Amino acid sequence: MAVSILHRATGVALSFAGLAILTWWLMAIAGGTDAFATFTKAATHPIGLVVLVGLTWSFFQHLLSGIRHLVMDTGAAFELGVNKTFAILTIVGSVLLTALLWFYLLGVAK
Amino acid sequence: MSRGTSATPLGRVRGLGSAHHGGEHWLSERVTSIALLLLGTWLMASLLLLPNLDQRTLVEWLHGASGAVPMALFVVVGFKHALDGVKVVVDDYVHEEGSRFVWNVLLLFLAVGGASLALFALARIAFGAVA
Repeated sequence: MAVSILHRATGVALSFAGLAILTWWLMAIAGGTDAFATFTKAATHPIGLVVLVGLTWSFFQHLLSGIRHLVMDTGAAFELGVNKTFAILTIVGSVLLTALLWFYLLGVAK
Repeated sequence: MSRGTSATPLGRVRGLGSAHHGGEHWLSERVTSIALLLLGTWLMASLLLLPNLDQRTLVEWLHGASGAVPMALFVVVGFKHALDGVKVVVDDYVHEEGSRFVWNVLLLFLAVGGASLALFALARIAFGAVA
């Protein structure tokens, strides 16, 4: 149940904040050096980093729980034990993938 | 096959149920989610494989068809999937028909507007209009 509401919450976050930042990022790349510098400044600010880490976690959580929903659409994985394990795995997976991605990104960036 | 006599549950809801619509929305949400599974994996892998995330590197990446085409697909399918998903939230929480309609129209404008901005920026990069 918790994972189901997380799916909706992360979906809403990605739809608004995620797509807004994706659009801003593309516009900044297209806008030239100054526009891109403004984006980078915001993205590397502590608040910007928290937002970006939150959104990448949302991305992985929504992706993994989305796979779970697709599996459940076929009528599978409704047994209590399997269902709960699958739900917990989406959270473990999303935290792990977010950590790996940012460990790599911050290691390369500096 | 006449309305409501389809052999399968999916067939019955694909424009054949009592509402005559709704099944398409359910299906669209799933089909776009499968596309985004592929495109999202492509995006994450691409960002990780780039030597860095400087503007010059990103322009070079999105200038070629191998970067620009999947990115255009990601933008279009991403905005469509977001619109499909947020509509479910609106339909769940906004009960009054009039305000539900207004919300859905506003969100449609927001999605089409956002996607257009993103695609225009991408076109500038892809067609070499970035210094």
